[in-house]
Amino acid sequence: MNILFALYKSSVGKKYIVAATGFLLFIFLIGHLLGNLQIYMGAEKLNAYAHFLQTKPLLIWASRAGLLLIALVHVTTTIKLALENKAARPVGYEVSKAPYAPLTARSILVSGIIIGLFVVYHILHFTSVTFNPEFSDLRAAHNVYGMVVAGFSNTYVSAFYIISMVLLFMHLRHGISSFFQTFGMNNKTYRTTIERLAVVAAGLVFLGNISIPLVVLLGFIK
Amino acid sequence: MNLTLKIWRQQNSKAQGEFVEYKVTDVSEDISFLEMLDVLNEDLIERGEDPVAFDSDCREGICGACSIVVNGIPHGHQSGTTVCQLHMRHFDDSQKIVVEPFRAKPFPIIKDLVIDRSAMDRVIQAGGFISVGTNQFAEANAIPVPKDVAESAMDAASCIGCGACVAVCKNASAMLFVAAKVSHLNLLPQGKPEKDRRVTNMIRTMDAEGFGNCTNIGACETACPKGVSLDFIAQMNRDYAKAIIKGQLLNASQTAAQETK
Ligand code: HEM
Ligand code: FES
Repeated sequence: MNILFALYKSSVGKKYIVAATGFLLFIFLIGHLLGNLQIYMGAEKLNAYAHFLQTKPLLIWASRAGLLLIALVHVTTTIKLALENKAARPVGYEVSKAPYAPLTARSILVSGIIIGLFVVYHILHFTSVTFNPEFSDLRAAHNVYGMVVAGFSNTYVSAFYIISMVLLFMHLRHGISSFFQTFGMNNKTYRTTIERLAVVAAGLVFLGNISIPLVVLLGFIK
Repeated sequence: MNLTLKIWRQQNSKAQGEFVEYKVTDVSEDISFLEMLDVLNEDLIERGEDPVAFDSDCREGICGACSIVVNGIPHGHQSGTTVCQLHMRHFDDSQKIVVEPFRAKPFPIIKDLVIDRSAMDRVIQAGGFISVGTNQFAEANAIPVPKDVAESAMDAASCIGCGACVAVCKNASAMLFVAAKVSHLNLLPQGKPEKDRRVTNMIRTMDAEGFGNCTNIGACETACPKGVSLDFIAQMNRDYAKAIIKGQLLNASQTAAQETK
Protein backbone atom coordinates (compact mmCIF):
# COMPACT_ATOMS: atom_id res chain seq x y z
CA MET A 1 0.00 0.00 0.00
CA ASN A 2 2.84 2.39 0.96
CA ILE A 3 4.39 1.97 -2.45
CA LEU A 4 1.11 2.96 -4.12
CA PHE A 5 0.95 6.17 -2.09
CA ALA A 6 4.60 6.87 -2.83
CA LEU A 7 3.90 6.35 -6.54
CA TYR A 8 0.86 8.60 -6.40
CA LYS A 9 3.00 11.34 -4.83
CA SER A 10 5.50 11.26 -7.69
CA SER A 11 4.95 12.62 -11.20
CA VAL A 12 6.44 9.65 -13.01
CA GLY A 13 4.78 7.30 -10.49
CA LYS A 14 1.37 8.73 -11.39
CA LYS A 15 2.19 8.21 -15.03
CA TYR A 16 2.94 4.55 -14.30
CA ILE A 17 -0.46 4.28 -12.64
CA VAL A 18 -2.20 5.86 -15.65
CA ALA A 19 -0.30 3.68 -18.09
CA ALA A 20 -0.96 0.46 -16.14
CA THR A 21 -4.69 1.14 -15.72
CA GLY A 22 -4.90 2.33 -19.34
CA PHE A 23 -3.32 -0.95 -20.42
CA LEU A 24 -5.86 -2.95 -18.40
CA LEU A 25 -8.72 -0.94 -19.91
CA PHE A 26 -7.30 -1.65 -23.34
CA ILE A 27 -7.24 -5.40 -22.60
CA PHE A 28 -10.88 -5.14 -21.55
CA LEU A 29 -11.69 -3.28 -24.79
CA ILE A 30 -10.24 -6.12 -26.83
CA GLY A 31 -12.21 -8.73 -24.89
CA HIS A 32 -15.38 -6.67 -25.18
CA LEU A 33 -14.85 -6.24 -28.92
CA LEU A 34 -14.14 -9.92 -29.55
CA GLY A 35 -17.31 -10.80 -27.64
CA ASN A 36 -19.39 -8.42 -29.70
CA LEU A 37 -17.89 -9.48 -33.02
CA GLN A 38 -19.74 -12.76 -32.50
CA ILE A 39 -22.67 -10.87 -34.00
CA TYR A 40 -21.22 -11.92 -37.37
CA MET A 41 -21.60 -15.55 -36.36
CA GLY A 42 -25.35 -15.17 -36.08
CA ALA A 43 -27.96 -14.33 -33.49
CA GLU A 44 -27.69 -17.67 -31.69
CA LYS A 45 -23.98 -17.44 -31.08
CA LEU A 46 -24.15 -13.86 -29.74
CA ASN A 47 -27.18 -14.53 -27.60
CA ALA A 48 -25.61 -17.67 -26.18
CA TYR A 49 -22.57 -15.59 -25.19
CA ALA A 50 -24.84 -13.01 -23.56
CA HIS A 51 -26.72 -15.77 -21.78
CA PHE A 52 -23.45 -17.22 -20.55
CA LEU A 53 -22.41 -13.87 -19.08
CA GLN A 54 -25.75 -12.90 -17.62
CA THR A 55 -26.16 -16.19 -15.79
CA LYS A 56 -22.83 -15.81 -13.98
CA PRO A 57 -23.59 -13.04 -11.49
CA LEU A 58 -20.37 -13.53 -9.58
CA LEU A 59 -18.23 -13.30 -12.71
CA ILE A 60 -20.09 -10.34 -14.07
CA TRP A 61 -20.23 -8.32 -10.85
CA ALA A 62 -16.61 -9.03 -10.02
CA SER A 63 -15.58 -7.85 -13.50
CA ARG A 64 -17.77 -4.77 -13.22
CA ALA A 65 -16.32 -3.87 -9.83
CA GLY A 66 -12.79 -4.42 -11.09
CA LEU A 67 -13.37 -2.37 -14.23
CA LEU A 68 -14.98 0.43 -12.28
CA LEU A 69 -12.05 0.55 -9.87
CA ILE A 70 -9.52 0.55 -12.72
CA ALA A 71 -11.42 3.26 -14.59
CA LEU A 72 -11.76 5.40 -11.45
CA VAL A 73 -8.04 5.13 -10.72
CA HIS A 74 -7.24 6.00 -14.36
CA VAL A 75 -9.54 9.02 -14.33
CA THR A 76 -8.70 10.40 -10.87
CA THR A 77 -4.97 10.06 -11.51
CA THR A 78 -5.19 11.81 -14.88
CA ILE A 79 -7.29 14.58 -13.38
CA LYS A 80 -4.70 15.07 -10.65
CA LEU A 81 -1.96 15.18 -13.31
CA ALA A 82 -3.95 17.64 -15.42
CA LEU A 83 -4.55 19.97 -12.45
CA GLU A 84 -0.85 19.94 -11.59
CA ASN A 85 -0.05 20.68 -15.22
CA LYS A 86 -2.39 23.66 -15.24
CA ALA A 87 -0.86 24.97 -12.02
CA ALA A 88 2.63 24.69 -13.54
CA ARG A 89 1.86 27.51 -15.98
CA PRO A 90 -0.30 30.14 -14.26
CA VAL A 91 0.43 32.80 -16.90
CA GLY A 92 0.13 31.64 -20.48
CA TYR A 93 1.68 32.92 -23.70
CA GLU A 94 0.39 35.68 -25.93
CA VAL A 95 1.36 33.62 -28.96
CA SER A 96 1.96 29.92 -28.65
CA LYS A 97 2.94 27.79 -31.60
CA ALA A 98 3.78 24.18 -31.09
CA PRO A 99 3.00 22.86 -34.58
CA TYR A 100 5.13 19.81 -33.99
CA ALA A 101 2.88 18.43 -31.26
CA PRO A 102 0.48 15.86 -32.72
CA LEU A 103 -3.23 16.46 -32.19
CA THR A 104 -3.86 13.06 -30.61
CA ALA A 105 -1.23 13.86 -27.98
CA ARG A 106 -2.48 17.33 -27.18
CA SER A 107 -6.11 16.22 -27.01
CA ILE A 108 -5.63 13.21 -24.73
CA LEU A 109 -7.62 14.74 -21.87
CA VAL A 110 -10.49 15.86 -24.10
CA SER A 111 -10.71 12.47 -25.84
CA GLY A 112 -10.60 10.81 -22.41
CA ILE A 113 -13.45 12.91 -21.03
CA ILE A 114 -15.66 12.21 -24.05
CA ILE A 115 -14.92 8.49 -23.80
CA GLY A 116 -15.92 8.67 -20.13
CA LEU A 117 -19.23 10.32 -21.04
CA PHE A 118 -19.72 7.79 -23.81
CA VAL A 119 -19.19 4.88 -21.41
CA VAL A 120 -21.88 6.27 -19.10
CA TYR A 121 -24.26 6.63 -22.06
CA HIS A 122 -23.37 3.15 -23.35
CA ILE A 123 -24.22 1.57 -20.00
CA LEU A 124 -27.50 3.47 -19.73
CA HIS A 125 -28.28 2.48 -23.32
CA PHE A 126 -27.63 -1.29 -23.39
CA THR A 127 -26.99 -2.40 -19.81
CA SER A 128 -29.63 -0.60 -17.78
CA VAL A 129 -31.80 0.17 -20.87
CA THR A 130 -32.78 3.48 -19.24
CA PHE A 131 -33.41 5.25 -22.53
CA ASN A 132 -35.23 2.36 -24.18
CA PRO A 133 -37.52 0.57 -21.70
CA GLU A 134 -38.72 -1.50 -24.66
CA PHE A 135 -35.29 -3.23 -24.67
CA SER A 136 -35.90 -4.81 -21.27
CA ASP A 137 -37.93 -7.68 -22.75
CA LEU A 138 -35.21 -8.37 -25.29
CA ARG A 139 -32.64 -8.28 -22.53
CA ALA A 140 -34.64 -10.55 -20.28
CA ALA A 141 -34.90 -13.04 -23.16
CA HIS A 142 -31.09 -12.75 -23.61
CA ASN A 143 -31.82 -11.47 -27.11
CA VAL A 144 -28.85 -9.14 -27.23
CA TYR A 145 -28.77 -9.50 -31.00
CA GLY A 146 -32.26 -8.04 -31.32
CA MET A 147 -31.39 -5.24 -28.91
CA VAL A 148 -28.22 -4.29 -30.81
CA VAL A 149 -30.10 -4.25 -34.13
CA ALA A 150 -32.93 -2.15 -32.64
CA GLY A 151 -30.47 0.19 -30.92
CA PHE A 152 -28.29 0.87 -33.94
CA SER A 153 -31.24 1.25 -36.33
CA ASN A 154 -31.49 4.73 -34.88
CA THR A 155 -29.17 6.85 -37.04
CA TYR A 156 -28.47 9.41 -34.32
CA VAL A 157 -27.54 6.76 -31.79
CA SER A 158 -25.24 5.05 -34.29
CA ALA A 159 -23.68 8.36 -35.27
CA PHE A 160 -22.95 9.10 -31.61
CA TYR A 161 -21.33 5.67 -31.17
CA ILE A 162 -19.20 6.16 -34.26
CA ILE A 163 -18.06 9.65 -33.25
CA SER A 164 -17.16 8.36 -29.80
CA MET A 165 -15.11 5.62 -31.42
CA VAL A 166 -13.18 8.24 -33.38
CA LEU A 167 -12.27 9.82 -30.04
CA LEU A 168 -11.41 6.41 -28.61
CA PHE A 169 -9.17 5.87 -31.62
CA MET A 170 -7.41 9.17 -30.90
CA HIS A 171 -7.04 8.33 -27.23
CA LEU A 172 -5.61 4.90 -27.95
CA ARG A 173 -3.41 6.19 -30.77
CA HIS A 174 -1.57 8.30 -28.22
CA GLY A 175 -2.21 6.04 -25.22
CA ILE A 176 -0.68 2.88 -26.66
CA SER A 177 2.57 4.51 -27.74
CA SER A 178 2.65 6.46 -24.46
CA PHE A 179 2.38 3.21 -22.55
CA PHE A 180 5.73 2.11 -23.97
CA GLN A 181 7.34 5.50 -23.41
CA THR A 182 6.04 5.79 -19.84
CA PHE A 183 7.38 2.40 -18.81
CA GLY A 184 10.68 3.16 -20.51
CA MET A 185 10.26 0.53 -23.23
CA ASN A 186 11.17 2.89 -26.03
CA ASN A 187 14.22 4.13 -27.87
CA LYS A 188 15.20 5.19 -31.35
CA THR A 189 15.36 1.61 -32.60
CA TYR A 190 11.75 0.93 -31.71
CA ARG A 191 10.07 4.36 -31.73
CA THR A 192 8.75 4.23 -35.31
CA THR A 193 7.56 0.65 -34.89
CA ILE A 194 5.77 1.55 -31.65
CA GLU A 195 4.08 4.55 -33.26
CA ARG A 196 2.88 2.33 -36.13
CA LEU A 197 1.78 -0.39 -33.74
CA ALA A 198 -0.32 2.19 -31.88
CA VAL A 199 -2.02 3.29 -35.11
CA VAL A 200 -2.71 -0.31 -36.17
CA ALA A 201 -3.96 -1.48 -32.76
CA ALA A 202 -6.13 1.61 -32.24
CA GLY A 203 -7.30 1.31 -35.85
CA LEU A 204 -8.34 -2.33 -35.47
CA VAL A 205 -10.31 -1.56 -32.31
CA PHE A 206 -11.93 1.37 -34.15
CA LEU A 207 -12.86 -0.63 -37.25
CA GLY A 208 -14.14 -3.58 -35.24
CA ASN A 209 -16.30 -1.38 -33.05
CA ILE A 210 -17.79 0.85 -35.76
CA SER A 211 -18.46 -2.10 -38.06
CA ILE A 212 -21.38 -3.14 -35.86
CA PRO A 213 -23.48 0.06 -36.02
CA LEU A 214 -22.48 0.41 -39.69
CA VAL A 215 -23.69 -3.02 -40.78
CA VAL A 216 -26.97 -2.48 -38.89
CA LEU A 217 -27.48 0.96 -40.46
CA LEU A 218 -26.67 -0.36 -43.92
CA GLY A 219 -29.16 -3.15 -43.40
CA PHE A 220 -26.70 -6.07 -43.66
CA ILE A 221 -27.78 -7.32 -40.26
CA LYS A 222 -31.46 -7.29 -39.41
CA MET B 1 15.00 45.79 -42.31
CA ASN B 2 12.38 47.45 -40.15
CA LEU B 3 10.54 45.57 -37.46
CA THR B 4 7.74 45.98 -34.95
CA LEU B 5 8.44 44.28 -31.65
CA LYS B 6 5.80 43.50 -29.08
CA ILE B 7 7.80 42.90 -25.93
CA TRP B 8 6.75 41.78 -22.45
CA ARG B 9 7.79 44.43 -19.92
CA GLN B 10 7.65 43.70 -16.20
CA GLN B 11 9.46 45.70 -13.50
CA ASN B 12 10.00 42.80 -11.09
CA SER B 13 8.52 39.47 -10.03
CA LYS B 14 5.67 41.15 -8.12
CA ALA B 15 4.75 43.78 -10.68
CA GLN B 16 1.95 43.47 -13.19
CA GLY B 17 3.55 43.11 -16.62
CA GLU B 18 2.31 44.26 -20.02
CA PHE B 19 3.21 44.17 -23.68
CA VAL B 20 4.80 47.29 -25.13
CA GLU B 21 5.31 47.88 -28.86
CA TYR B 22 8.62 49.17 -30.20
CA LYS B 23 9.80 49.96 -33.69
CA VAL B 24 13.37 49.13 -34.70
CA THR B 25 14.61 50.49 -37.96
CA ASP B 26 17.56 49.73 -40.22
CA VAL B 27 18.24 46.34 -38.69
CA SER B 28 21.03 44.48 -40.46
CA GLU B 29 20.04 40.96 -41.39
CA ASP B 30 23.50 39.74 -40.41
CA ILE B 31 23.04 40.43 -36.71
CA SER B 32 21.55 38.01 -34.21
CA PHE B 33 18.23 38.41 -32.45
CA LEU B 34 19.98 39.46 -29.24
CA GLU B 35 22.10 42.00 -31.11
CA MET B 36 18.89 43.36 -32.59
CA LEU B 37 17.62 43.77 -29.00
CA ASP B 38 20.93 45.49 -28.16
CA VAL B 39 20.21 47.95 -30.97
CA LEU B 40 16.77 48.59 -29.54
CA ASN B 41 18.22 49.03 -26.04
CA GLU B 42 20.81 51.57 -27.17
CA ASP B 43 17.99 53.51 -28.71
CA LEU B 44 15.94 53.26 -25.51
CA ILE B 45 18.89 54.38 -23.36
CA GLU B 46 19.48 57.36 -25.63
CA ARG B 47 15.84 58.33 -25.23
CA GLY B 48 16.21 57.99 -21.45
CA GLU B 49 13.94 54.94 -21.27
CA ASP B 50 14.46 51.71 -19.39
CA PRO B 51 16.21 49.14 -21.62
CA VAL B 52 14.64 45.70 -22.07
CA ALA B 53 16.23 43.22 -19.67
CA PHE B 54 17.16 39.85 -21.19
CA ASP B 55 19.64 37.11 -20.32
CA SER B 56 22.70 36.20 -22.34
CA ASP B 57 26.23 35.12 -21.70
CA CYS B 58 28.23 33.23 -24.32
CA ARG B 59 26.20 34.29 -27.36
CA GLU B 60 27.67 31.21 -29.02
CA GLY B 61 24.81 28.82 -28.36
CA ILE B 62 26.62 26.84 -25.67
CA CYS B 63 25.82 28.30 -22.25
CA GLY B 64 22.02 28.18 -22.16
CA ALA B 65 21.59 31.65 -20.66
CA CYS B 66 19.47 33.17 -23.41
CA SER B 67 15.80 32.38 -22.96
CA ILE B 68 13.25 34.19 -25.08
CA VAL B 69 10.04 33.05 -26.71
CA VAL B 70 9.96 34.51 -30.23
CA ASN B 71 6.59 34.43 -31.97
CA GLY B 72 5.34 31.59 -29.79
CA ILE B 73 8.41 29.33 -29.95
CA PRO B 74 11.24 29.26 -27.37
CA HIS B 75 14.46 30.37 -29.13
CA GLY B 76 12.40 31.15 -32.25
CA HIS B 77 11.34 29.13 -35.27
CA GLN B 78 14.80 28.11 -36.46
CA SER B 79 15.34 24.54 -35.25
CA GLY B 80 18.50 23.51 -33.40
CA THR B 81 19.33 27.13 -32.62
CA THR B 82 19.47 29.17 -29.44
CA VAL B 83 18.04 32.67 -29.70
CA CYS B 84 21.56 34.14 -29.48
CA GLN B 85 22.39 32.25 -32.68
CA LEU B 86 19.15 33.14 -34.42
CA HIS B 87 19.92 35.62 -37.17
CA MET B 88 17.69 38.36 -38.43
CA ARG B 89 17.88 37.05 -42.00
CA HIS B 90 15.34 34.44 -40.89
CA PHE B 91 12.75 37.19 -40.46
CA ASP B 92 10.85 39.20 -43.03
CA ASP B 93 11.08 42.94 -43.45
CA SER B 94 8.38 44.83 -41.52
CA GLN B 95 7.44 41.66 -39.65
CA LYS B 96 5.77 41.94 -36.28
CA ILE B 97 7.55 39.87 -33.66
CA VAL B 98 6.09 38.96 -30.28
CA VAL B 99 8.82 38.62 -27.64
CA GLU B 100 7.96 36.89 -24.37
CA PRO B 101 9.79 35.35 -21.41
CA PHE B 102 9.80 31.59 -20.76
CA ARG B 103 6.62 30.95 -18.80
CA ALA B 104 6.36 28.42 -15.99
CA LYS B 105 5.54 28.61 -12.31
CA PRO B 106 9.03 27.43 -11.28
CA PHE B 107 10.54 30.21 -13.48
CA PRO B 108 9.47 33.48 -11.81
CA ILE B 109 10.18 36.58 -13.86
CA ILE B 110 12.96 38.73 -12.43
CA LYS B 111 12.55 41.53 -14.93
CA ASP B 112 11.10 41.74 -18.46
CA LEU B 113 12.51 38.69 -20.26
CA VAL B 114 14.83 37.56 -17.47
CA ILE B 115 13.63 34.57 -15.49
CA ASP B 116 14.92 32.83 -12.39
CA ARG B 117 15.93 29.28 -13.37
CA SER B 118 17.42 28.26 -10.02
CA ALA B 119 14.76 25.54 -9.77
CA MET B 120 16.83 23.70 -12.39
CA ASP B 121 19.98 24.17 -10.31
CA ARG B 122 18.23 22.60 -7.34
CA VAL B 123 17.33 19.59 -9.48
CA ILE B 124 21.03 19.25 -10.37
CA GLN B 125 22.01 19.61 -6.71
CA ALA B 126 19.71 16.68 -5.92
CA GLY B 127 21.74 14.24 -8.00
CA GLY B 128 23.36 15.70 -11.10
CA PHE B 129 26.86 14.86 -9.88
CA ILE B 130 29.10 11.92 -9.03
CA SER B 131 30.65 11.63 -5.58
CA VAL B 132 34.36 11.14 -6.16
CA GLY B 133 37.51 12.70 -4.80
CA THR B 134 38.74 15.49 -7.02
CA ASN B 135 42.27 15.77 -5.70
CA GLN B 136 43.81 13.39 -8.24
CA PHE B 137 42.49 12.66 -11.64
CA ALA B 138 42.42 9.09 -12.87
CA GLU B 139 43.81 7.87 -16.15
CA ALA B 140 40.98 8.51 -18.65
CA ASN B 141 41.12 5.08 -20.27
CA ALA B 142 41.37 3.11 -17.03
CA ILE B 143 37.62 2.45 -17.09
CA PRO B 144 36.48 1.17 -20.47
CA VAL B 145 33.30 2.76 -21.81
CA PRO B 146 31.66 1.17 -24.87
CA LYS B 147 31.62 3.54 -27.82
CA ASP B 148 27.82 3.61 -28.24
CA VAL B 149 27.34 4.26 -24.51
CA ALA B 150 29.85 7.08 -24.60
CA GLU B 151 28.08 8.59 -27.63
CA SER B 152 24.70 8.34 -25.97
CA ALA B 153 26.01 9.91 -22.76
CA MET B 154 27.52 12.72 -24.82
CA ASP B 155 24.17 13.29 -26.56
CA ALA B 156 22.48 13.61 -23.17
CA ALA B 157 25.27 15.83 -21.89
CA SER B 158 24.72 18.24 -24.78
CA CYS B 159 21.79 19.70 -22.80
CA ILE B 160 22.73 23.28 -21.97
CA GLY B 161 20.01 23.64 -19.35
CA CYS B 162 18.33 26.59 -21.04
CA GLY B 163 14.78 25.54 -20.08
CA ALA B 164 13.28 25.72 -23.58
CA CYS B 165 11.76 22.26 -23.04
CA VAL B 166 9.87 23.58 -20.01
CA ALA B 167 8.90 26.74 -21.86
CA VAL B 168 7.46 24.94 -24.88
CA CYS B 169 5.75 22.12 -22.99
CA LYS B 170 1.99 22.45 -22.74
CA ASN B 171 2.38 21.15 -19.17
CA ALA B 172 5.52 23.13 -18.26
CA SER B 173 7.22 19.81 -17.60
CA ALA B 174 10.98 19.62 -17.11
CA MET B 175 11.21 15.95 -18.02
CA LEU B 176 13.53 16.41 -21.01
CA PHE B 177 16.00 18.47 -18.98
CA VAL B 178 15.93 16.13 -15.98
CA ALA B 179 16.08 13.05 -18.22
CA ALA B 180 19.13 14.41 -20.03
CA LYS B 181 20.90 15.12 -16.75
CA VAL B 182 19.96 11.77 -15.19
CA SER B 183 20.85 9.75 -18.30
CA HIS B 184 24.13 11.43 -18.95
CA LEU B 185 25.49 10.20 -15.60
CA ASN B 186 23.46 6.99 -15.27
CA LEU B 187 24.83 5.70 -18.57
CA LEU B 188 28.47 5.94 -17.57
CA PRO B 189 30.35 3.57 -15.23
CA GLN B 190 31.31 6.52 -13.00
CA GLY B 191 27.64 7.37 -12.51
CA LYS B 192 26.39 3.83 -11.88
CA PRO B 193 26.99 3.62 -8.10
CA GLU B 194 24.51 6.45 -7.45
CA LYS B 195 22.13 5.56 -10.29
CA ASP B 196 19.01 4.69 -8.29
CA ARG B 197 19.42 7.44 -5.75
CA ARG B 198 20.10 9.97 -8.51
CA VAL B 199 16.96 9.26 -10.51
CA THR B 200 14.62 9.20 -7.49
CA ASN B 201 16.08 12.31 -5.88
CA MET B 202 16.14 14.35 -9.08
CA ILE B 203 12.55 13.42 -9.93
CA ARG B 204 11.42 14.21 -6.38
CA THR B 205 13.07 17.63 -6.55
CA MET B 206 11.61 18.27 -10.02
CA ASP B 207 8.14 17.56 -8.61
CA ALA B 208 8.71 19.69 -5.51
CA GLU B 209 9.76 22.66 -7.66
CA GLY B 210 6.32 22.60 -9.28
CA PHE B 211 7.11 21.54 -12.84
CA GLY B 212 4.25 19.84 -14.68
CA ASN B 213 3.96 16.22 -15.77
CA CYS B 214 5.02 14.82 -19.12
CA THR B 215 2.22 13.66 -21.41
CA ASN B 216 4.55 12.34 -24.11
CA ILE B 217 3.79 15.05 -26.64
CA GLY B 218 7.33 15.62 -27.84
CA ALA B 219 7.27 19.39 -28.36
CA CYS B 220 10.35 19.60 -26.07
CA GLU B 221 12.48 17.49 -28.38
CA THR B 222 11.65 19.74 -31.34
CA ALA B 223 12.20 22.99 -29.44
CA CYS B 224 15.46 21.83 -27.84
CA PRO B 225 18.31 23.83 -29.38
CA LYS B 226 20.56 20.81 -28.87
CA GLY B 227 18.11 18.20 -30.20
CA VAL B 228 18.10 16.17 -26.96
CA SER B 229 15.97 13.10 -27.72
CA LEU B 230 12.77 11.83 -26.10
CA ASP B 231 14.63 8.53 -25.80
CA PHE B 232 16.23 9.93 -22.66
CA ILE B 233 12.82 10.44 -21.08
CA ALA B 234 12.05 6.78 -21.77
CA GLN B 235 15.39 5.90 -20.29
CA MET B 236 14.76 7.94 -17.15
CA ASN B 237 11.31 6.33 -16.83
CA ARG B 238 13.03 2.95 -17.06
CA ASP B 239 15.74 3.83 -14.54
CA TYR B 240 13.07 5.12 -12.16
CA ALA B 241 11.07 1.89 -12.49
CA LYS B 242 14.19 -0.15 -11.78
CA ALA B 243 14.99 2.01 -8.74
CA ILE B 244 11.46 1.52 -7.42
CA ILE B 245 11.68 -2.24 -7.88
CA LYS B 246 14.82 -2.18 -5.75
CA GLY B 247 12.91 -0.29 -3.04
CA GLN B 248 14.60 3.07 -3.60
CA LEU B 249 11.39 5.10 -3.66
CA LEU B 250 10.22 3.94 -0.23
CA ASN B 251 13.68 4.19 1.30
CA ALA B 252 14.11 7.69 -0.08
CA SER B 253 10.72 8.91 1.11
CA GLN B 254 11.44 7.51 4.59
CA THR B 255 14.74 9.36 4.66
CA ALA B 256 13.01 12.53 3.49
CA ALA B 257 10.35 12.14 6.18
CA GLN B 258 13.04 11.76 8.85
CA GLU B 259 14.88 14.80 7.54
CA THR B 260 11.78 17.00 7.77
CA LYS B 261 11.08 15.85 11.36
C1 HEM C 1 -11.76 2.76 -22.68
C2 HEM C 1 -11.27 3.56 -21.82
C3 HEM C 1 -9.84 4.03 -21.77
C4 HEM C 1 -8.67 3.42 -22.19
C5 HEM C 1 -8.52 2.07 -22.86
C6 HEM C 1 -7.59 4.32 -21.87
C7 HEM C 1 -6.25 4.06 -22.14
C8 HEM C 1 -5.22 4.94 -21.88
C9 HEM C 1 -3.82 4.66 -22.06
C10 HEM C 1 -3.21 3.34 -22.56
C11 HEM C 1 -3.12 5.78 -21.70
C12 HEM C 1 -1.60 5.99 -21.76
C13 HEM C 1 -0.95 6.12 -20.42
C14 HEM C 1 0.41 6.78 -20.51
O1 HEM C 1 1.39 6.07 -20.67
O2 HEM C 1 0.50 8.00 -20.40
C15 HEM C 1 -4.07 6.77 -21.32
C16 HEM C 1 -3.75 8.06 -20.93
C17 HEM C 1 -4.67 9.01 -20.52
N1 HEM C 1 -6.03 8.81 -20.32
FE1 HEM C 1 -7.05 7.14 -20.81
N2 HEM C 1 -8.09 5.46 -21.29
C18 HEM C 1 -9.46 5.31 -21.19
C19 HEM C 1 -10.38 6.19 -20.66
C20 HEM C 1 -10.05 7.46 -20.18
C21 HEM C 1 -11.00 8.36 -19.59
C22 HEM C 1 -12.48 8.08 -19.35
C23 HEM C 1 -10.31 9.49 -19.28
C24 HEM C 1 -10.97 10.71 -18.65
C25 HEM C 1 -10.42 11.61 -17.93
C26 HEM C 1 -8.92 9.31 -19.68
C27 HEM C 1 -7.91 10.25 -19.58
C28 HEM C 1 -6.57 10.01 -19.90
C29 HEM C 1 -5.54 11.02 -19.87
C30 HEM C 1 -5.71 12.49 -19.50
C31 HEM C 1 -4.34 10.38 -20.23
C32 HEM C 1 -2.95 11.02 -20.34
C33 HEM C 1 -2.25 10.95 -19.03
C34 HEM C 1 -0.82 11.39 -19.12
O3 HEM C 1 -0.13 11.02 -20.08
O4 HEM C 1 -0.41 12.11 -18.22
N3 HEM C 1 -8.80 8.05 -20.21
N4 HEM C 1 -5.34 6.24 -21.42
S1 FES D 1 23.75 33.22 -24.69
FE1 FES D 1 24.78 31.33 -24.34
S2 FES D 1 23.46 29.99 -25.37
FE2 FES D 1 22.58 31.88 -25.94
